[in-house]
Amino acid sequence: MATITQLESLLSQDYQFGFVTPIEEESTPPGLNEDIIRMISAKKHEPDWLLEWRLAAYRAWLQMEEPRWANVKYPPIDYQKIVYYAAPKSLSGKRPKSLDEVDPELLKTYEKLGIPLREQERLAGVAVDAVFDSVSVATTLKEKLEELGIIFCSFSEAVQRYPELVRKWLGTVVPYTDNFFAALNSAVFSDGSFCYVPKGVRCPVELSTYFRINAADTGQFERTLIIADEGAYVSYLEGCTAPRRDTNQLHAAVVELIALDNAEIRYSTVQNWYPGDREGRGGIYNFVTKRGKCLGKNSKISWTQLETGSAITWKYPSCILIGENSVGEFYSVAITTNRQQADTGTKMIHIGKNTRSTIVSKGIAAGYGQNTYRGLVKILKGAENARNFSQCDSLLIGDKCGAHTFPYLEVRNPTARVEHEATTSRIGEEQIFYCRQRGLSTEEAVSMIVNGFCKEVIRKLPMEFAVEAQKLLSIQLEGSVG
Amino acid sequence: MSEPILVVRDLRACVNGKPILKGVDLTVYPGQVHAIMGPNGSGKSTLAQVLAGHEIYEVTGGEAIYCGKNLLEMKPEERAREGVFLAFQYPVEIPGLNNMEFLRAALNAIRKHRGLEEIDAFDFLNLVQERARRLGISEELLNRSLNVGFSGGEKKRNEILQLSILEPRLAILDETDSGLDIDALKAVAEGVNTMRSPERAFIVVTHYQRLLNYVVPDVVHIMYDGRIVQSGGKELAEELERRGYSWLEETVGSAR
Repeated sequence: MATITQLESLLSQDYQFGFVTPIEEESTPPGLNEDIIRMISAKKHEPDWLLEWRLAAYRAWLQMEEPRWANVKYPPIDYQKIVYYAAPKSLSGKRPKSLDEVDPELLKTYEKLGIPLREQERLAGVAVDAVFDSVSVATTLKEKLEELGIIFCSFSEAVQRYPELVRKWLGTVVPYTDNFFAALNSAVFSDGSFCYVPKGVRCPVELSTYFRINAADTGQFERTLIIADEGAYVSYLEGCTAPRRDTNQLHAAVVELIALDNAEIRYSTVQNWYPGDREGRGGIYNFVTKRGKCLGKNSKISWTQLETGSAITWKYPSCILIGENSVGEFYSVAITTNRQQADTGTKMIHIGKNTRSTIVSKGIAAGYGQNTYRGLVKILKGAENARNFSQCDSLLIGDKCGAHTFPYLEVRNPTARVEHEATTSRIGEEQIFYCRQRGLSTEEAVSMIVNGFCKEVIRKLPMEFAVEAQKLLSIQLEGSVG
Repeated sequence: MSEPILVVRDLRACVNGKPILKGVDLTVYPGQVHAIMGPNGSGKSTLAQVLAGHEIYEVTGGEAIYCGKNLLEMKPEERAREGVFLAFQYPVEIPGLNNMEFLRAALNAIRKHRGLEEIDAFDFLNLVQERARRLGISEELLNRSLNVGFSGGEKKRNEILQLSILEPRLAILDETDSGLDIDALKAVAEGVNTMRSPERAFIVVTHYQRLLNYVVPDVVHIMYDGRIVQSGGKELAEELERRGYSWLEETVGSAR
């Protein structure tokens, strides 16, 4: 059928961020053992306690098995073939003090990605931490934020400058024993972002981290830790891209969020890792553990994600609702085209009284894409009057893709109120023909349908990025139509 | 007489290799309403879909000239922008696609094709609300996803709403009357009648004569086994209604 073929070519256009930065990098030899971990830790001049923590994580990891329960298929990963640390030579040893010291190739890379780091070209109202392979290149607006007492820097810098804060919170939300990939990350994590917003401070700008994988055969293992103290507010966004390569690369990150009394954290992700080619060669394995703890009363953690890239996505940004009246939210759009697979969703763990959670998941599958929503709503005994509303919608484009929904529900308190709604709809020839008969091209029709389908979630992204996100959606759907 | 809007000559079409249209001839002039009647499976809906450009049908012969242009060479969206409108027998549901936003995008696509500017959002809103009121379509339906959760009658009224906003030169109504109660039928018929004009033509595909009591045709054709076998005035529809399709099968069938 002509229309289906058109739809498929429409949904499988070229990846725009697939270039490689020609830069000399230094890296550890492939493979993983205690020496490699010591080497990474030494490069970062880490205190002993952190090295011990890494080694403990590594030993725990050795005892674990790679999870196989996700609804995704991939050949076994050889963990001894991965390079666990790679960094531009110019950044080795010390981090540049100002942008003038940064290798121009690196600055060019971020410009090409649409993330200019230089003051005059920057997006107003956004502070950026730019992470290139295993290290942070630069963090913008840092001094301005420090005036407000807000700490926003690379993880490595935080270890040096705020070791007590890092030590107090690291691993308190995602312990290294949590799961296979979290343990691996804890052993070898190289960089990432750290943020602390002090009591009563509302962070006036969007904080964002831009992750870029450049080197071949490396894994990226970043770690992000965000703490919002009592009454604080912060909105954070991460973006990700990687070059086009025929081999798969592993990205196993850990993100931990902590919200104290009356604090609010909004965490948004625009994930556009290289998805692999049309036949499914190459692409990033995006195996990520993200979790937030609403420790304080009336605290709120809100996850919003737009997942368009990666060959495989395995992630469940979750909320542990401990504080009374705390609120957890998860808004997600996941798109899988060609041979992409996604198994994503959330966990909402209700522990405190009057805790509330909302889940809105929109899965779009096209081509041979497989899209799975997996979500757990767990209401513990003490969670009087807990409430959850979940909505999972799937949109199938064409007839070779698949959408799957696995909602898990555990309720141990009779006062809980839990609602779940799910829909599946298919966009096929008839829908497209209808739109064309009204004067719209196939491209316009698909773009309107997809945007309409995701609207609810896109609206939750910070304003500065909502436009970007929409652009990304339409790029994802752009292509040569017959 | 002015130039015809549509000239169809010996049109043949297949679906999955099976011939459905076996040589259709039809000429439609501006200002006319043509009714096409016929039993199930005679090819009337196929004719409507082929004229609109549905790619499931393969045209195997003949021609269709629309306003002097070769219709069969045009993509479906080009036909629409040139003024060919099909009111669908089964309008599809499209979740997430807002009914009014869709209509605005369609109108703007057509306006752009005609070299006009995009319609002002407020003008559009006023226009749609006024037309919707006349058709008995609630504000709430306008703001829902396209056809999602609409009753059969609401879907058909929505088709006529689109017709009245998009103002085509040639409107093809594919069994728009099927499944309508009398109130909806009257609303649809009134919507069509207010659209009748000396520049515009209608092809009304219908199984029953019922709609033709309200939308009075200039010409009635009877389709049978992929061809138009008889044409006449509105009295032909009445005769068919009185005598039934079995009469047709006897007369046409034996004549062959």
